[in-house]
Amino acid sequence: MIPAFICAMWLTLTTGVYLLLSRDILRCVIGLGLMGNAVNLLLLVSGRMPYLEPAVIPSGENMLKAAANPLPQALVLTAIVIGLALLCFSLVLVLAIAERSGEDDLSALRHTEPKATKPLRPPFLQEGK
Amino acid sequence: MNALVVLPVLLPLAAMLCSVFTLRQRAWQERLSLGGAGVLVLAACLLFWQVMVRGTLEITLGGWPAPYGILFRIDLLSALMVLVTALMAWITLLYMKSGVERLSPHPLSLPLIHGMIAGVCGAFCTADLFNLYVWYEVMLVCALGLLALGGRILQLDAVFKYFAPNLFGTLLLLMAVGLIYAATGHLQFDALHQSSTVLPEAVLTALLTILLLALLIKSAAFPLYAWLPAAYPALPVPVMALFAGLLTKVGTYAILRLNGGVFASPEALMEGLGWIAVATMVAGVLGAAYHWDIRRILAFHIISQIGYIFLAIALGGLARDSAGAQAAYGAALFYTVHHIIVKANLFLLAGFVLNNTGSFDLRKIGGLAGSKPLLALIFAVPVLSLVGIPPLSGFWAKLLVIREAFAQERLLWAAAALAVSGLTLYSMMKIWMEAFWKPHPDGKPENEADTPLLPAWISVTMLSAITMLLGFFPQALLTVSVQAVRIMAGIP
Repeated sequence: MIPAFICAMWLTLTTGVYLLLSRDILRCVIGLGLMGNAVNLLLLVSGRMPYLEPAVIPSGENMLKAAANPLPQALVLTAIVIGLALLCFSLVLVLAIAERSGEDDLSALRHTEPKATKPLRPPFLQEGK
Repeated sequence: MNALVVLPVLLPLAAMLCSVFTLRQRAWQERLSLGGAGVLVLAACLLFWQVMVRGTLEITLGGWPAPYGILFRIDLLSALMVLVTALMAWITLLYMKSGVERLSPHPLSLPLIHGMIAGVCGAFCTADLFNLYVWYEVMLVCALGLLALGGRILQLDAVFKYFAPNLFGTLLLLMAVGLIYAATGHLQFDALHQSSTVLPEAVLTALLTILLLALLIKSAAFPLYAWLPAAYPALPVPVMALFAGLLTKVGTYAILRLNGGVFASPEALMEGLGWIAVATMVAGVLGAAYHWDIRRILAFHIISQIGYIFLAIALGGLARDSAGAQAAYGAALFYTVHHIIVKANLFLLAGFVLNNTGSFDLRKIGGLAGSKPLLALIFAVPVLSLVGIPPLSGFWAKLLVIREAFAQERLLWAAAALAVSGLTLYSMMKIWMEAFWKPHPDGKPENEADTPLLPAWISVTMLSAITMLLGFFPQALLTVSVQAVRIMAGIP
């Protein structure tokens, strides 16, 4: 069971990193989403999985026997909720950037960073000084 | 008394709710926000006093006993950081009242600021690794909101540049949390401290490398620092000061706590951290020397100064005896507190420069020393402190770090730290000469403010006064810092 999960995680993680390295902002965001899912799989495996029964005490008994580790499930649930919110936010962000600037190429998006051209040279290098 | 431990998180969350409910009544929203931050300062003072008198306070949440429930713990280190955070929050909110930028803040910015403060305080108070991740996410979400408010393309671009590296860092942090849980079966700091001692050296090094990488990305260390100067200039001035003061410092706090207190850091890792620190210092200050926008210069200085803090942490990890470790970690904490106050003050003062001259670009402004001599005087304090001129707080902070580097015979690191101070002086003098000394390029008359600036004056004067007090009486903060890291690292 664990090797299968590890393979799935590896595949998701590498795909995510590959997309993240792209200059296209949509691919970048989807890559981050995939990476988040890979990390969620990792969290699930981190608690080991000898049993797959839900961690609920059956009626009529007062002890938990042979159940899955509930802690990683709680962690994954938290991570999924946060991840979903951030993925929604980032998709809207990509849409807004593409609409307002007409660009989805990161190397062309230089609104917050000055372009390394003449206006930024120190004054003593500019003409006439 | 132990129930007080949740106050640093509950109070900002309550203030956030209050400011959400009063979205349409601006006056009430401002009053409640400032009042909430004031109560937070009082609570932080109370907590600090209690921790000094009674020792560490802790509470286990969720009704589970110690290693399973989520532990909130305030020791002296957390209490000090919470106190500084609360103070910065209150001072920034006071500054916001005066509208230095002549545009009223977005109604949603106050709730988001309180949410961010809750995240910062939560990260300082928690003693649980997964909970630390959650507080990081709270901070990230609120920071993204604050960056995006307004929705101009400039801001959206900044959001993206902030979002992608920071989310990557957060995912890496979550991955480290998962792997550490898989290796030890624990998430709580005490339990991790005990179980990590039996892990094989190679496994521990691998786990801590991922953890350290994640935290380094989040605190803008070399080589992943480009997002910081790209994103911060899109913010309004007071929020920028809050970001600059607090957000990256949560990363340095987490590195200090995890490498100094929770895990016994392998030597190779600390050696690497030392070199990263040197590269961060140098790269940051070179960026600051190049740029002509005050905000960008100051943003690059954050990176450079973060390098000093990392250097002190690395020296603490490499120290041969507990006295050396205590001195170096104490220097890291002293530097952090000094840096938060000075850096936020510089950004707030940059707002005055904008208010008086209409631009952040050093080539288009000038003549402030003649028209605003008081502003020049108050500006000189954090500038000289950042550079490290005695007797201001930056001098003592740098002295402590460089003295440790010499004590451990790390001459190259010490030389780099000294050279970076020289370049810091150059780039800060650039601001001084261009904005204050030289006459205005257009000979423009001064741009008289039409907004009440008194609250802003009070906040920058308070911060400059704190810097001077820390400079004249460094022993008080130094004693508390050393005591705090001794408790953190368990040095008797």
